Amino acid sequence: MNAFDYAPAPESRSIVDLRPSYGLFINGEFVDPADGAGLKSVNPASEEVLADVAEAGPADVDRAVTAARAAYETVWGPMPGTQRAKYLFRIARIIQERSRELAVLESLDNGKPIRESRDVDLPLTAAHFFYYAGWADKLPHAGFGPHPQPLGVAGQVIPWNFPLLMLAWKIAPALACGNTVVLKPAETTPLSALLFAEICQQADLPPGVVNIITGAGQTGAALVNHTGVDKIAFTGSTDVGKQIARAVAGTGKKLTLELGGKAANIVFDDAPIDQAVEGIVNGIFFNQGHVCCAGSRLLVQESIHDQLLESLKRRMALLRVGDPLDKNTDIGAINSATQLDRIRALTQIGGEEGAHPWSPPCELPERGFWFAPTIFTGVSQAHRIAREEIFGPVLSVLTFRTPAEAVEKANNTPYGLSAGIWTEKGSRILSIADKLRAGVVWANTFNTFDPASPFGGYKESGYGREGGRHGLEAYLDV
Amino acid sequence: MSERLAVRKTYKLFIGGRFPRSESGRSYLVENTNVALASRKDVRDAVVAARSAVKGWSGATAYNRGQILYRAAEMLEGRRDQFIGLGLPAAEVDVATDRWVWYAGWADKIAQVYGGANPVAGPYFNLSAPEPTGVVGVVAPGESPLLGLVSVIAPAIVSGNTVVVLAAEPAPLPAVTLAEVLATSDLPGGVVNILTGRAAETAPWLASHLDVNALDLTGVADQALAVSLEQAAAGNLKRVVRPPAAPIDWTADPGPSRITAFLETKTVWHPKGV
Repeated sequence: MNAFDYAPAPESRSIVDLRPSYGLFINGEFVDPADGAGLKSVNPASEEVLADVAEAGPADVDRAVTAARAAYETVWGPMPGTQRAKYLFRIARIIQERSRELAVLESLDNGKPIRESRDVDLPLTAAHFFYYAGWADKLPHAGFGPHPQPLGVAGQVIPWNFPLLMLAWKIAPALACGNTVVLKPAETTPLSALLFAEICQQADLPPGVVNIITGAGQTGAALVNHTGVDKIAFTGSTDVGKQIARAVAGTGKKLTLELGGKAANIVFDDAPIDQAVEGIVNGIFFNQGHVCCAGSRLLVQESIHDQLLESLKRRMALLRVGDPLDKNTDIGAINSATQLDRIRALTQIGGEEGAHPWSPPCELPERGFWFAPTIFTGVSQAHRIAREEIFGPVLSVLTFRTPAEAVEKANNTPYGLSAGIWTEKGSRILSIADKLRAGVVWANTFNTFDPASPFGGYKESGYGREGGRHGLEAYLDV
Repeated sequence: MSERLAVRKTYKLFIGGRFPRSESGRSYLVENTNVALASRKDVRDAVVAARSAVKGWSGATAYNRGQILYRAAEMLEGRRDQFIGLGLPAAEVDVATDRWVWYAGWADKIAQVYGGANPVAGPYFNLSAPEPTGVVGVVAPGESPLLGLVSVIAPAIVSGNTVVVLAAEPAPLPAVTLAEVLATSDLPGGVVNILTGRAAETAPWLASHLDVNALDLTGVADQALAVSLEQAAAGNLKRVVRPPAAPIDWTADPGPSRITAFLETKTVWHPKGV
């Protein structure tokens, strides 16, 4: 059989017009930070600096919260839902129209393959705004009483794995419910949020309704602790989530948290193997495994272990790791040197604790942050790679014999965000799904998202739901 | 002939369907009656009992849970005079009984109101259904000792949670009497556990217990204590119901929010195909 090599198929980055530096987006304008501090946003695939970005200090946070409060009280709060809806529809449309530009920027700043930012992040981002736009004028019919009220100013802190999509998950329902927002994107991926700020200007969104303040952990802490904020929404690590829960204690601020996970992806012996292999690959290698709901623990029924692993390895050998802007790339760059260090540290511990790593032969670029897709076999439940979130392209493989054992092992984690089930038997899907302590259960699929579908965790994966009718509750005074 | 001497009741804790004394051997006086003064270890025992009851209670059919709770209301009605004898207004006992009936009826309805099918783009049947969060720790309110207690216990357990309740320190007698109602109403042991004593002493252990999933601080009047309990609850990200900002009118229609506060939403993507 002939092997056909892929020719490079890079997406042009000329569609993105990056400025050398960005200020903070406060009250409808880009402004310089009060103390002039700044960060650099880096392309993780090349380590090239993309832009200088402002770092908001306490005075800037205060300015943003004040702007949001004024907009809430004078414009956005009193505005009829029908009008708010039209702004959100407008934003959704502009996102669609500028989606290629946003997708390229997202891949540049985050390192994710353009195939994913183009086909997953952007369509879902636009869909999320469309979905919640339609709720803005229907809130009295949403099941939260006849006159559901907004909370006021929402402080929102989002992660770097899906920068624009997480922004949409936060901003769309907040605005639909009549709140104004101060959003802090992650320090390594601020650029798409800043482009979104331009989109707010383009949509003529009233000043102060959306404020974007860039910065690192201290900026986030200043936002969380600001007394003028009525609601905190955070997506990120469980450790930081716990700190935030402690910080808001006694303040009366409403809190929703979407945190880490260590999802079990359970493959039964009657599953269609090829389909399951695709699902396993999508579950753990999608977005370099930088996914809180990633299927990072494969639980495979013992009788098909060898066959499944053989197919999985064959499939993994075909994964293309490299330039995120190449349309044939399956796995892009690790988002930062810090994250790469964490992945390396945990995989090294995996080997030291006695599990067996395997990666396909794969040439990694010299510059940038890269990690080859890796699976560990011989993993026990006590191993750290089976318990801790690695947040990288690393899969731990465990086995089970009976459905009861699968459920037991799947639930043996402090997390509870997601899970996967692979079987041909519909009745088994439903009975196993009933027993799994996880907020999202995918059957014969994985990492599938929809704005109408509530997402969020059990246990230490956080509380509150994003998406669907349930997602409104986080932004209403109920 | 001399007058008959009454048989006095010993007021004890209610853990796992049994009525033990506090392991600490301590008690305190309320209305000239000795009431068990629960300890940290009693909290631990109650959490163990509550956890063991989760599987059976949450696994029972919604209809069955509704039947059992309705039965508890029947028992409550039967002890009406006894509660009145403890000094409770008859109106409060009646509202409490009616409130219990109201919550009982939610058992097989909350999933229809709070869950539903989601119209996703793709070949999936996508269903969101509420599930109980697990073990709920409750600091019961001091005012309206029976109605307040019923109003925090019934909504937590109707969906399949189990509870460890710290009864209000000054009014433990209605709480223990309610335990006797529950003990005779087919409610499985461990679904409701009631500890009398000082919440200020026991609540911190409940708030920091890693096998408790949620915390209801409705009865915490001390603001500083409420803050420290909420902080402790962050240790394993318990779902927290904070103390009310304003006094609650327990006789008003409570709505389902005390039920939904202790629910998780599970969303299942089920494939469609031929």
